Amino acid sequence: MEDMKEVVREYVVREYVEDDSEVTFDTPLISGGIVDSFSMVSLKRFLENKYKISIPDDKATPEAFDSVNKICILVQEFTKA
Amino acid sequence: MSNIGSYDDRIKNFDWSIAEKELDYQAGNVINIGWYCSDRICKLGKADKPALIWEGSSGQEKRYTYNELRLTSNAVGQFLRDLGIKPEDRVCLFMDKIPELYIGFLGVLKTGAIVQPLFSAFGDESLIVRLDNAQTTAVITQRKHAPKVRKILDKMPYLKHIIIVDADPAKPLSEREIAFDMDKAPKPENFEIHPTKAESPSVLHYTSGTTGQPKGVKHVHYSLISQYLTAKWVLDLQDSDIYWCTADPGWVTGTSYGIIGAFSNGVTQCVLDAGFSADNWYKFIEKHKISMWYSAPTAIRSLMKAGDEVIKKYNLSSLRHLASVGEPLNSEAVIWSEKVFGKAFLDTYWQTETGSIMITNFPGMKIKPGSMGKPFPGITATVIDADKYEPFDGPGKIGLIAIKPGWPSMMRTYWRNEETYQKKFRNGWYLPGDRSSIDSEGYFWFVGRDDDVINTGGHLVSPFEVESALLEHPAVAESAVVSKPDFVNMEVVKAFVTLKPGFVASKDLDLEIMNFVRKKLSPLAMPQEIEFIDNLPKTRSGKIMRRILHAKEWGEEIGDTSTLEND
Repeated sequence: MEDMKEVVREYVVREYVEDDSEVTFDTPLISGGIVDSFSMVSLKRFLENKYKISIPDDKATPEAFDSVNKICILVQEFTKA
Repeated sequence: MSNIGSYDDRIKNFDWSIAEKELDYQAGNVINIGWYCSDRICKLGKADKPALIWEGSSGQEKRYTYNELRLTSNAVGQFLRDLGIKPEDRVCLFMDKIPELYIGFLGVLKTGAIVQPLFSAFGDESLIVRLDNAQTTAVITQRKHAPKVRKILDKMPYLKHIIIVDADPAKPLSEREIAFDMDKAPKPENFEIHPTKAESPSVLHYTSGTTGQPKGVKHVHYSLISQYLTAKWVLDLQDSDIYWCTADPGWVTGTSYGIIGAFSNGVTQCVLDAGFSADNWYKFIEKHKISMWYSAPTAIRSLMKAGDEVIKKYNLSSLRHLASVGEPLNSEAVIWSEKVFGKAFLDTYWQTETGSIMITNFPGMKIKPGSMGKPFPGITATVIDADKYEPFDGPGKIGLIAIKPGWPSMMRTYWRNEETYQKKFRNGWYLPGDRSSIDSEGYFWFVGRDDDVINTGGHLVSPFEVESALLEHPAVAESAVVSKPDFVNMEVVKAFVTLKPGFVASKDLDLEIMNFVRKKLSPLAMPQEIEFIDNLPKTRSGKIMRRILHAKEWGEEIGDTSTLEND
């Protein structure tokens, strides 16, 4: 789980953060304005490619994507399946 | 009682001088939007009234009274003037929805300079095209967005100043950068506001077309007349209202009604600078007792998607009046809002070029869910035959929306592109580029765009711009971009791509190309889906037939394919 968190965090920082702002596992991503609703599609695609899963659209909600921690809980739901 | 009263009576007795008189404006006088939105409200005895209540993503809050709005915009104006900014220089606002954006807008206008708001999620390619066209003198931005400006600096010789509103004192500034702390800056009590006149340029908003580069829509200070009165009669802004316009001032709704319409009417407005979440939005309405809410169909459909249960957690009884803009509001959303909020969202139709609401549903008027409503008093709008450019002689026929030019907030030209501006007029009508019909009671019914521009989440995206960006990716040989249907955003961008030899389609390449476009242009322009194909449909002369790809996405008849290559 910790590895996954670091991978997701690194991806978020690389792709969506333009300055030197710190992103922790709990930083609000969607409600904090770091990842907007359009960009969420690319983040979802990354998770699906990386972990070879398919996240249904109704599970890919702004709430479920709102932090690295929440994202990893969601991903685990599908990697365990 | 609504401000408009009887729509039919207003239509009969309408003259724009109604707004001029209310604003104490006479032809030939000085008219400066910055003054009307701050100093004038103070003169009316509302200096201590809250003007702006801002909330950030972590719940931090800032409040400004009308007197603080006046003084702080003076501070911005003084800073810019001391920096050497001159009337009609272009000053770009490239910020999130922070107070500096709203107050900076007024400050720039007070100097007589032209304010050029740009959406803060724009990538460097989107930025360069718009700054280059406007030959912008200064950009006011935040630390987090400054790297995008730095990246293009060597291509911007005329860009003299990059003003950072939240500079870190511990870090050195880069070339051409200067720090400006709006709240701490000296606030001149008597700032000499530039004596702009009705036709003095005020705002330069960029909008996308099917082909060519984005166009700079030039507005003038006289636009205030339309924006003030439409905000009063359609949004029904009243003295006791707490108003929330969810639009970003990077786009026209955020300036016409998120700044000018709101402040010129002297209401208290709230701004939430945070990403979307149904919980946060309802919490915001409850906390600030929002009474007038102006939002967009995309947001409304996202709220629908979040379900009705979440609404029950909040007290939303303060809501008095709701309106929507950006794209057609589907009847399901109107019916849903009546069910859950006890009020229908009233659809309003207009665009960047019109500067203010043109066709709309009014408070007190019979609502036909799914309809755009009727023209604003003083606006002559109809539907014309696309071949003859003549109005139809009966109801129910689908044609081009056409508006008689001459309302106060109409664009004056496209910046350095008069030729394209002239093409917007046919047979004495201004053509917004949309199709509609009119029913027997005079209600307009939106049908669709008359071009290939993609309206995603209420924002226009040019397929040409996306195709051009795609071609810059090393793997892409050819591309064609069309819209595809989407429940929340109405349309999203879909790209068809052929690859260069040596590249193989894969999920990773798909993601790489998506991110490539997102960073170059903006998240809005990022294809939500990429389909790799062997060949694009083309005419025998080699022109890509987007029409065929569009029809496929929308499940429509493909139509005439006689010119299709290899057919």
